[in-house]
Amino acid sequence: MKQSAWLPFEVLVAWRFLREGRIQTLFIVVGIAIGVAVIIFMSALLNGLQANFVNRVLTGQAHIQVLESKERARAQGVGPGALEMANMQIPLQRVKGIDQWQSLVLQLQAMPEVKVVSPAVLGAALVTRSEASRSVSVVGMLPDLYYRIIAVPDKRVQGTSYIGSDSLLIGTELAADLGVVPGDPLRIATVGGTVLTLKLAGIFDLGNKGTNSRNVLMAMRTAQSLFGLAGGASILDLTLHDIYAAESVAQQIQSHTGLQADSWIKTNEQFFTAVRAQTTANTAIRFFVALSVGFGIASVLVVSVVQRSREIGILRAMGVRRAQVMRVFLLQGGLLGLAGALVGALIGALAMVLWQRFMRNADGSIMFAMVMDSALFVQALALASLTGLLSALAPALRAARLDPVVAIRA
Amino acid sequence: MPELSIALAKAAPVLELAGIRKSFNVGADNEIEVLYGIDFCLYPGDFCAVVGPSGSGKSTLLNTVGLLDRPSSGSLRITGLETTQLSDAQRTHLRGHSIGFVFQYHHLLSAFSALENVMMPMYAAQGLMDASMRARAAQLLDSVGMRPWLDAPANRLSGGQQQRVAVARALAMQPALILADEPTGNLDSKSADGVFALLRSVCKEHATAVLFVTHNPQLSARCDRTIEVIDGRLG
Repeated sequence: MKQSAWLPFEVLVAWRFLREGRIQTLFIVVGIAIGVAVIIFMSALLNGLQANFVNRVLTGQAHIQVLESKERARAQGVGPGALEMANMQIPLQRVKGIDQWQSLVLQLQAMPEVKVVSPAVLGAALVTRSEASRSVSVVGMLPDLYYRIIAVPDKRVQGTSYIGSDSLLIGTELAADLGVVPGDPLRIATVGGTVLTLKLAGIFDLGNKGTNSRNVLMAMRTAQSLFGLAGGASILDLTLHDIYAAESVAQQIQSHTGLQADSWIKTNEQFFTAVRAQTTANTAIRFFVALSVGFGIASVLVVSVVQRSREIGILRAMGVRRAQVMRVFLLQGGLLGLAGALVGALIGALAMVLWQRFMRNADGSIMFAMVMDSALFVQALALASLTGLLSALAPALRAARLDPVVAIRA
Repeated sequence: MPELSIALAKAAPVLELAGIRKSFNVGADNEIEVLYGIDFCLYPGDFCAVVGPSGSGKSTLLNTVGLLDRPSSGSLRITGLETTQLSDAQRTHLRGHSIGFVFQYHHLLSAFSALENVMMPMYAAQGLMDASMRARAAQLLDSVGMRPWLDAPANRLSGGQQQRVAVARALAMQPALILADEPTGNLDSKSADGVFALLRSVCKEHATAVLFVTHNPQLSARCDRTIEVIDGRLG
């Protein structure tokens, strides 16, 4: 007892009881460890999977897009008491500049949640090269800002990402469809009749087939000339510090400016539903694993109380209080939970390392990076210890309520 | 030793029982009376045997005196303190500080060494351990001839050795009263003699009152007093 002299009475007795019941203790610790490892591994897997999805979604997309509200048809000359026309035709949507966009950029940049604001001109056009033509979506932007939102230089596969007033960038799919390489001229025409011939500066791959076959990037001034929007911007792309705050920030912007603000969460609603379903499934699995761990601990301690009835009786006879007996068994639950969680955390971490090492894509790259969050480990340790304590409550009460006379005779 | 006898006779009783009755409920309306008004006193240094046939109420008497069980009626004083109205926590405290137990089946804690078993009542009372506990436990084990086995696990000791450790543990809190429930019942005659002699010497050296339940007439004959319990009454 020399080496453990600093331990309070209940802790030492709890520890010795556990140590004496070696096999029983070992089995339940392994059981808890497996449960904790499953929780840690699954959570890290799902977090990694979600982070990977989010990363892929946001590779070619801003967190929020601010644009002028859609044009609405209003009935004219309809006064009070007059009948409104039942059918009104929705007007065609044209490329429209945002009013006072420069001051709006300053306002948005002043918001603490906002990281980058990039103005752009968006519009539809037709790209032609000899006989081939494709309808495209033109993004006229300021590369310094836009590249901070969408890292085009990192996604460049051919040519350069530098854009001059007479050049443009296109995606891999579109380049393949048109059969062009950097340096080739491309003719761009709008429905308004404006035609420009620009040089292909580079080809990018944003990892999305649709974007690669549709998007054309050019300098903002070039796009302004193309769509007759001199000095204007039709859209503001925003990135935020917290990507999950996008919807609330978008609503805030919408209510303050009266403009339309679309968050990535809203535009990817299906994806978010899937994420929510995954999170719910993960929570349910965690709950049931914790429940089975809890019942495992409780059953072992119930058996332990029966096995140690006589010893509990002796302790009570020598003046040990009911509360002390209760604490001895509660601590056993807590210690089992903690020990199982420590082992489980190691197993979970090992499983993660093995996953990262052996689960690879066909090209040898990692499937996706798992999130080894230290908070996850701390949470698992706390949850397992708490589960241990709660599970030990019933056995501990039973031990504390044992009649010493009956217990000693047991 | 006439002086000592006079001194002990004048000392306040350690244990006073007056009209102690104990009954158990068996079923809804069925009550079994086990003790029918027991009266006796024990003084410091008294070594008193309790004899009687099986089922006569000896163990119930011992459990009641040891504050493990409450009497149905009557008065029970330990070191002058009336115990029948005490709360469970107060009884536990009094039991820990004034009463030592020695059971028939040794009842040591197998997860602890001999020394740790003797330290246990002091450790439980204080919550934390200190060097004086260890010194006192070692001294007590030395006094019962267990010095070479201080760190031996309790479950590796022989029956006689375990009972010696149990006697040392009963003395740990310097109790006024030791209750021994057939402490030699499970030992060979040589070990039984050794344990009996040990309890007797403890009783005299520490002026501790000992209530000693036994079925062995030879041992009861060697006690200062003998109380016979027959069908819940003193014979």
